[in-house]
Amino acid sequence: MKSVHLLGVAPFVGILVGIFFANRVTPYVLGMPFILFWLVIWVVLISVTMAVIYRLDPANRSTLPESAQPEEHTS
Amino acid sequence: MTALAIIFVFLAASMGLGLRARRGKDMDLEQWSVGGRGFGTIFVFLLLAGEIYTTFTFLGASGWAYGKGAPAFYILCYASLAYVISYWLLPPIWRYAKEHRLVSQSDFFVSKFQSPLLGGLVALVGVVAMVPYLVLQLKGLGIIVSVSSYGHVSPHWAIVIGTVALTLYVTVSGIHGSAWTALLKDIAILAVVLILGIYLPLHYFGGIGAMFHQVDAAQPHFLTLHSSGMSPAWFASTVLLSALGFYMWPHTFGASYSAQNERVFRRNAIFMPLYQLVLLFVFFVGFAAILVVPGLTGSDTDLSLLRITTASFPPWFVGVVGGAGLLTALVPGSLLLMSSATCLAKNVYQLARPASSDADTARLAKRLVPVIALISLYFALNGGSSLVSLLLMGYALVTQLFPALLASLAPRQLVTKQGAAAGMIVGVAAVIVVTLTGTSVGSLLPGLPQAVKDLNVGVIALILNCAAMAAVSAATRRTTTTLSPASVSV
Repeated sequence: MKSVHLLGVAPFVGILVGIFFANRVTPYVLGMPFILFWLVIWVVLISVTMAVIYRLDPANRSTLPESAQPEEHTS
Repeated sequence: MTALAIIFVFLAASMGLGLRARRGKDMDLEQWSVGGRGFGTIFVFLLLAGEIYTTFTFLGASGWAYGKGAPAFYILCYASLAYVISYWLLPPIWRYAKEHRLVSQSDFFVSKFQSPLLGGLVALVGVVAMVPYLVLQLKGLGIIVSVSSYGHVSPHWAIVIGTVALTLYVTVSGIHGSAWTALLKDIAILAVVLILGIYLPLHYFGGIGAMFHQVDAAQPHFLTLHSSGMSPAWFASTVLLSALGFYMWPHTFGASYSAQNERVFRRNAIFMPLYQLVLLFVFFVGFAAILVVPGLTGSDTDLSLLRITTASFPPWFVGVVGGAGLLTALVPGSLLLMSSATCLAKNVYQLARPASSDADTARLAKRLVPVIALISLYFALNGGSSLVSLLLMGYALVTQLFPALLASLAPRQLVTKQGAAAGMIVGVAAVIVVTLTGTSVGSLLPGLPQAVKDLNVGVIALILNCAAMAAVSAATRRTTTTLSPASVSV
């Protein structure tokens, strides 16, 4: 378990704990009630978090460049 | 009739794709159900997305936004958190499955715990959980066909027609058909949801902000979670429970076997959450419908998206929406049917007859498809629950597989097969008792603080499950080691 993996905890805190504090209509952000905006922004942040983890995780650094799929044929 | 004709074109197209995908492929059990493990990022993405964007997302999410308001937002969150979990959960499962040439979810448990009986139990839990999910798809199909025929086809007949179409589709195509139709479905549903979600608020209210202000004025407290009942505690526990259960569905678990390599999952964990944002537009449609087509109650709230569509658009567009909706039921429905048939044939039937050959099992799996379809049809015609409550029940059941799965991934054996079985049985029994008697945490333990009372009952079942699993494992491990110290598998 590399320390970068701990980043994966952040979305759980943001949504499961954050909801207790974000449960309100105002202020409206981008036309959405605050609670909805809060959850939407966390969905986007999850994607960002996972991209960062993917980049830094040594498990994804093989001899192949990231764009190339290792060709595995199992049939 | 224009609308119905267009829906029929969608059905014919998906059947055509299914037939084409099958041509030239040798259909043994592995080909039929995991596509020979040859799918890359895009295809696995489509398959898993194909499973997620079901009639539930389309009709259930808008229906809950319409009928319940803010509690519907849970639907936006749980899958996104499940993808976070998938980054670490799926690669070891995939690796193990590939090494041991596993086909179904229960194979995994059979192999990990060295117990075909446990595999049979897992298969049964999976199938029992899938039935409400399948019922949900059939009900969705019925709603779509009957509303877009402007009442010409009765809901009952619509459900029957939908079931026949689904059964034919699965028998014809297997998983290759699912993947191709998933592509068609994703394009159609994305287009339809974006058009509806952007156009309707603009057309009726002048914008999303104006729409929410009017909803808030018409129904105060509708846009926040309640202080009891569907409170933040309910929200957090339901999101967590559903996120844990997300990959426990036999069809999702099984679809993950079809990946080409484990990096597919890690990369998908980045993009899949963004795909969830499509739901936002589904919510917008539901909220718009509150003011445009008011008055739907109970399980009729599931009609809100289609009602506002028929009220706002010409019949040909209603047909396109209905066609897209049909695909959202067909793709996941086919995966559900196929997985439950494979589960029963391979992990329950083979238990009774270990000598049966792979060809026999494959044949039986195909024969079971119409049987399971008929059982679901029965429940679809006779139950009155809304789509979301059906899904919540399925999730509470299937999540009971999570503790044993997690324990099995540890390098050392933490849980014995007896422990795993005891946990599942206790958990599933708790869910069933609670669902049938309509108990809530509050009614069981009235002295507790409100936040604890509002917890999703599935969480309580999960706690009981873990307790039983730990206790029985501790008891059985001692006897196993004293009897035969060498028997612990590596």
